[in-house]
Amino acid sequence: MSMELSILLSILIPIIGALLIAVTGKIPNLRESVTMITSVALFLNVLTLLGPVLDGERPELQLIEMFPGLTIGFKVEPLGMMFSLIASGLWILNSIYSIGYMRGNNEKHQTRFYICFAIAIAATLGLAYSSNLLTLFIFYEVLTFSTYPLVSHKGDENAVKGARTYLGILVTTSVAFLFFAIAWTYAAAGTLDFVDGGILGGNVEGPMLGLLLMLFIYGIGKAAVMPVHRWLPAAMVAPTPVSALLHAVAVVKSGVFTVVKVIVYTFGIDNLVNSASAGWLVYVSGFTIIAASMVALRQDNLKRRLAYSTISQLSYVVLAAAILTPISAIGAALHIAAHAFGKITLFFAAGSIYTAAHKTEVSQLNGIGWKMPITMTAFSIGALSMIGLPPTAGFISKWYIIQGAVSSDNFVALAVIVLSTLLNAGYFLPIIYAAFFKKEEDRKDDHHGDHGEAPLPIVIAITSTASLTVLMFLFPDVALELAQQMIGGAQ
Amino acid sequence: MSAHLPVLQVLIPLLAAPFCVVLRHRDIAWAISLITSLVCFAISLMILDQVLTQGVISYFMGGWPAPWGIEFRIDVVNAYVLVIVSAIGAIVSLYGRHSINKEIPRNQIYLFYTAYLLCLTGLLGMTATGDAFNLFVFLEISSLSTYALISLGKNRRALTASYQYLIMGTLGATFYVIGLGLLYMMTGTLNIVDLHNKLADVDGSLRTFQAALAFLTVGLSLKLALFPLHLWLPNAYTYAPSTVTAFLASTATKVAVYVMLRVFFTIFGVDLFEETGVPNIIMILAICGMFVASTVAIFQENLKRMLAYSSVAQIGYIMLGISFLSVTGVSAGIVHLFNHAIMKCALFLALGCVMYRVGSVKLSDMHGIAKKMPWTMGAFVVGGLSLIGVPLTVGFVSKWYLINAAMEADMMPVAALILLSSLLALVYVWRVIEVAYFRAPKTESNIKEAPLSMLIPLWIMAGASIYFGIDTDMTLGVAELAAEMLVGGTP
Repeated sequence: MSMELSILLSILIPIIGALLIAVTGKIPNLRESVTMITSVALFLNVLTLLGPVLDGERPELQLIEMFPGLTIGFKVEPLGMMFSLIASGLWILNSIYSIGYMRGNNEKHQTRFYICFAIAIAATLGLAYSSNLLTLFIFYEVLTFSTYPLVSHKGDENAVKGARTYLGILVTTSVAFLFFAIAWTYAAAGTLDFVDGGILGGNVEGPMLGLLLMLFIYGIGKAAVMPVHRWLPAAMVAPTPVSALLHAVAVVKSGVFTVVKVIVYTFGIDNLVNSASAGWLVYVSGFTIIAASMVALRQDNLKRRLAYSTISQLSYVVLAAAILTPISAIGAALHIAAHAFGKITLFFAAGSIYTAAHKTEVSQLNGIGWKMPITMTAFSIGALSMIGLPPTAGFISKWYIIQGAVSSDNFVALAVIVLSTLLNAGYFLPIIYAAFFKKEEDRKDDHHGDHGEAPLPIVIAITSTASLTVLMFLFPDVALELAQQMIGGAQ
Repeated sequence: MSAHLPVLQVLIPLLAAPFCVVLRHRDIAWAISLITSLVCFAISLMILDQVLTQGVISYFMGGWPAPWGIEFRIDVVNAYVLVIVSAIGAIVSLYGRHSINKEIPRNQIYLFYTAYLLCLTGLLGMTATGDAFNLFVFLEISSLSTYALISLGKNRRALTASYQYLIMGTLGATFYVIGLGLLYMMTGTLNIVDLHNKLADVDGSLRTFQAALAFLTVGLSLKLALFPLHLWLPNAYTYAPSTVTAFLASTATKVAVYVMLRVFFTIFGVDLFEETGVPNIIMILAICGMFVASTVAIFQENLKRMLAYSSVAQIGYIMLGISFLSVTGVSAGIVHLFNHAIMKCALFLALGCVMYRVGSVKLSDMHGIAKKMPWTMGAFVVGGLSLIGVPLTVGFVSKWYLINAAMEADMMPVAALILLSSLLALVYVWRVIEVAYFRAPKTESNIKEAPLSMLIPLWIMAGASIYFGIDTDMTLGVAELAAEMLVGGTP
């Protein structure tokens, strides 16, 4: 199979899947089989590209010329490869989980749910492979709009309001800032391609370069750098599988992925190092890390606490990219993967608790670890990864980011990382402690106590993602290789 | 035969109109107008093909050579507009039968088709002719028939709306004739190309010349509803029958814009036009229109009125593009002429379906309508996304071009304003989507999906606004050719 075809199929498979889901919507078992087959087929298809990319090939596909000189085109480079592997791989697990969750909670409109999910995945892969900013922007917007029905899924006033905030902030920032920044880039550089070393060197200089960077950073609302982070907690009204795969992995990672791409391939690391107008980014992302962690400390709703934790973790990636050393860029790439595995596990756990025990608040979780041992063990692994402790993936990425900070004498970044590690521990460890070591309050008036572990599909999914979190710590080779290739390192 | 295409384009609908009166039967009248519009569409495509392969077509009416006789002169610019007008005409006649039968008293239906065919004649004639006075004649034919069409609306306020438009339209037409008279005084000719040649060495500061330009600009601005001369438009669009609104919104103002282009670029020429300072005035008015009309649209309860204000704003985008006087800017204006025609047609046709089933297009009567009419509202969403300018719709293509034109002209603030105003569209479109999809229906009613004969034309338009948003070869190609011609100064 030619690699061009694989690229095309990466986007077509989920779209075809969406159509088949629409057709088979009346027969739930068949519909879910379609979702499962589609996700597995997609992952296998993405996997065929991994070998060539690791060998140094950069498969390309130019689809159509949309404007004179500007095409909708794809080029698989290491970072995009890593991102697409994560998104498509986790889609399989998330689909297993969704089946358990959506059925366990008797959610309505399940067909629409699976269709939109598949389209969102197609958009994510298109974004991961895009070879220029125009293509990236197109898929970025498609991703926003295709996830709107997922966020507003419940259809009640609360959901509609949350979805309005979600769409409002993401579209406003992307149109007002990102679109503007892209048009500016095109006017200045005459191209939008992602090129090693960037395209802006010599075209935009001085304070204007800083302004352009600012437009990009705040235009990419999906990266949730404060103050454009409000959409993420608002998106928590969505069913948990959506929060898990889209608002912990696909959508938010699209944001930081775009930030890293723009810094590495549009601005160029060297160009930014020399220009001194990018220093502010360290402070802004550092502030976001600390502030979001502080807010997370005070959230009693579990999903909201996780959402603020995500905001903080996303800024780790931005911070790592902003340190502007090759080694921290590796850390940024690794953190995209590490956080994905850890955070999806945490969300799976939150959904698992909701499905089995109908509990949503942290304060209700006393003693739940003994009733749901698998869920809470997985939760603990995810939490350790967030804090950055071995034996989890979070340790590796944090290690590289710290190394980058030290090598460039960036003590602000270093201090932020140390402080936030403490904060992370501060809002995750009490949950684990309460779950395993506190006694459940005795309440005989309701049946909230009568529950065991969540349905089997959920348990399978959560076990897998927790294992991945540990496995990435033990075998980081592929991820590391891809990250090193991104900055032009060893093959 | 093919040599006579330009005149047939106009003559066929003119000759078909009396048959509708004579035969008096509503279905026969419908059949006549459908066949006529389809034939017109075919002819316009043949003309476009001829122009693209063989260059400008010049047809002398009755064999009298220009500049003495009346010349029909068709180049890329008006061939393109002919295609837009006749395509919309064909779609609307395909769609109109059910809608018209419901919205217009039985004994007046044949009159509707008669007036419609005359209106089509007028619009096609205005576009095809190469004689500035002949243009006025066709302008009057189209205007008079338009007044009749609007007055056929069910609501009695249609009569006042029509009357209002009659006053404003007549003022506009009169101004046009006065302007033309002044030019005739100076040059002694009415042929557009001849005018161009004779005006080439006129001193731009001449009083007569400036007065002529002023009269022409104001007159045409009235016809094309440039802010703040748009006051006739909202009422006319709101109270006219749905089919009429869809037709007028996508053709009448577009043809007026075309005439404006002819006057500015062909008769006066870019250099003379630029000297007068009129482009700056138009730019400011266009930007004001974009903001004011979009803001007013947000507060409308009647959706036809909302879309009418949106049209005023969109005309602002078109005129803004033109006012840059650059190839990119004029291309943006011309391509938006086409794109806006498609999307607005789709939106008004969707409202026509709602009107047909619900009997009202008030927002408060549309609660939860999407469940009952999923295809209609689906098309409305596509049209709405296009208005916002979401990638993969035609709206994005226009916006991209417009922004680039602003960047090219070194007017970054204008680019920012374009983007900001497009966010207003997000607000007024999403208001409708939330009500139609998420509000519970007020009363149990047995509203069904619109009949297939209305849905098919509707979805042709909705499909076109996606198709031409991806494959821009045809639309952009022709628009750029046209812009190069106009800006380049070749008559």
